[in-house]
Amino acid sequence: MKQFVAFVRKETKHILRDRLTVLLLFSVPVVMMLLFGFAITTDVKNVRTVVVTVYSDHATQQAVERLSQSEYFTIVRTVATPREAERIIRNQKADLAIVFEKDYASKNGGLQFIVDGADPNMSQQWTTYVSQVLMNPAGGLINTKMLYNPQMKSAYNFVPAIMGILLMLICTLMTSISIVREKERGTMEVLLVSPTRPLLMIVAKVVPYLVLGFIILNFFLLMARFVLDVPLQGSVFWIYVISTIYILLALSLGLLVSNIAKTQLAALLVCAMILLMPNFMLSGMIFPIESMPRILQWASVIIPPRYYNSALRKLMIMGVGVDQVVFELTVLIAMTLILLTLSLATFKKRLE
Amino acid sequence: MNTTLRYLVQKEFTQIRRNSFLPRLIVTFPIIIMCVAPWVMQMEVTNIVVDVVDLDHSSQSQRLVHAIEHNTYFVFRGQKHTYAEALSDIEHTDADVVMVIPRNYSKDLVRGRLPQIRIAANAVNGMKGAMGAAYLSQLVIPQSASSSTLYLYNKHLNYKLFMIPALLAIVMMMMTGFLPTLNIVSEKEAGTIEQMNVTPVSKGTFILAKLIPYWLIALFIITVCLLLSWAVYGLTPAGPLWIIYVLSMLLALFFSSLGLIISNYSDNMQQSIFIMWFFVVILLLLSGLFTPTRSMPHLAYLTTYVNPMHYFVDAIRTVFIRGGQFRDVAHQAFALLGIGLFMGGWAVQSYKKNS
Repeated sequence: MKQFVAFVRKETKHILRDRLTVLLLFSVPVVMMLLFGFAITTDVKNVRTVVVTVYSDHATQQAVERLSQSEYFTIVRTVATPREAERIIRNQKADLAIVFEKDYASKNGGLQFIVDGADPNMSQQWTTYVSQVLMNPAGGLINTKMLYNPQMKSAYNFVPAIMGILLMLICTLMTSISIVREKERGTMEVLLVSPTRPLLMIVAKVVPYLVLGFIILNFFLLMARFVLDVPLQGSVFWIYVISTIYILLALSLGLLVSNIAKTQLAALLVCAMILLMPNFMLSGMIFPIESMPRILQWASVIIPPRYYNSALRKLMIMGVGVDQVVFELTVLIAMTLILLTLSLATFKKRLE
Repeated sequence: MNTTLRYLVQKEFTQIRRNSFLPRLIVTFPIIIMCVAPWVMQMEVTNIVVDVVDLDHSSQSQRLVHAIEHNTYFVFRGQKHTYAEALSDIEHTDADVVMVIPRNYSKDLVRGRLPQIRIAANAVNGMKGAMGAAYLSQLVIPQSASSSTLYLYNKHLNYKLFMIPALLAIVMMMMTGFLPTLNIVSEKEAGTIEQMNVTPVSKGTFILAKLIPYWLIALFIITVCLLLSWAVYGLTPAGPLWIIYVLSMLLALFFSSLGLIISNYSDNMQQSIFIMWFFVVILLLLSGLFTPTRSMPHLAYLTTYVNPMHYFVDAIRTVFIRGGQFRDVAHQAFALLGIGLFMGGWAVQSYKKNS
């Protein structure tokens, strides 16, 4: 036991004496949370609009007034022909043009929207908004309710995802590199001739990262709650339970990588290319899984953050009970057990 | 001078070639990304799972249900008896949207009374919730005939067309950014930098020789990416090809210099990778590649003025999708050139020959 504590202390010092890494460990989560919480939004706001009209009559003026009063649209220019409007859009000086036909006032119609279709989602949203502002659709026929996220903040969707990715990055990447570095530098040999059992040594290497994972988890939850105003609707206890399992999973993955990789560079690249890219793309973090082709949907079944995301979204944002996340919980436990067994089985006591 | 440079470039290429991993990475990474990523990076909102609670049971309400069943945006899950039942589907994330048709819906419609259809959408993903609700409303109230919409440049609203220029940016960033980051620091770790430091080679020549291979790699990568986008997806640039090459080379100048700067300042690979990753994420997320920059808060929007990735994404989309000419993207190109030259100068400055 004393040996074990000594090893944990040694490893902790390894981490703490690398000032830059410590700094990064805390600034990366802060910056990511702030970026995703505030800067990354898909709200319709400040859409640059060109008005195309020949006769500036009363009805047209009223419509333009209504547009410029809404926070969604900013009128940048008024031109006479659609061709001019198209040129402005191509030069990226505007996103949307509204063409008022000559008969707009008389027949109360005759509108055309010319939209920069480069971004399909946003262009459809702009059209929906502009027609709502201009045409005041027969109010009262539909009553829409946005559940769980009435203001439609992007942070609600991103925060659980960011937690999943960053915990994975920190626990897997850092553990595997710290083990491989000792192999590469040759200090592993010194450790292996010490009277400690090799397995104990590896476990001691993992412990500081486990603690680190927890510190970062707490940090995340506090920031989400108090800086980004993301609610913690569900039971905090279960959020911790599922996060603990996830951190253990990431650590076992890190061990597995360190058993396979021979150099730091290889460990880095394995983590970055083979783990992070698929995690980022297939976990449903930004890109919805159900819009992907079937084969990629199947591939996403083995991506751990997918389950963590889904469970955290349910627990944190939707605030449902734990019986709704039993499936995610089971899958994560099973994955952890498999990875742990694999990494222990491939663990070699001897240097080659 | 010239022969020194040639030998140094030759040395760099030999170093890359002799590495067992790098040549394979350089060839396969762009191919895999171009073949897989456009399928993944779909933010298109489709397959919205809908539950209907029909309290009216009239032919009118059944017509609405059929309309949902036959619409390609929706996956009709089933009819529920109560709202609570449907809500539990949402809680299990088995359904995304619930539509409740009130009692006497068709009777009220006939009497001209404005019955209210309730739509409740799971808005944890705000974009998906909003689009789902909007599509459903359009089904209930057909668009008025007096207005029409013309989508320019991307008539079929093809998400792949929007994403492929962005992917070009991502691949360039990964390859010309991360490889130089590891370059000098790995020489430091291996100790071979000591040998370089005792040669009469000047700092500028040394850095230039380190940069040139990555520019050539960048040229290779753009060509591969453009060929793949034409062969696999049938998408070709709407504007002139040479502008795309010029823009990409300017981006490569920036990222390879940034990589070398980080490499110069760090002591080990772990540090350098972390710092690079940090920069890459910030530059990428604030570039307007995924989300429109104009929706950002003002302070975040101001950062786009110094973000080369923003200029590149803006310019390449204008050329690739909108068919812009050089004068349409001139100011982005000059901004990229300016930032790139500044970083190049910094890379030379920050390399120290004495340890």
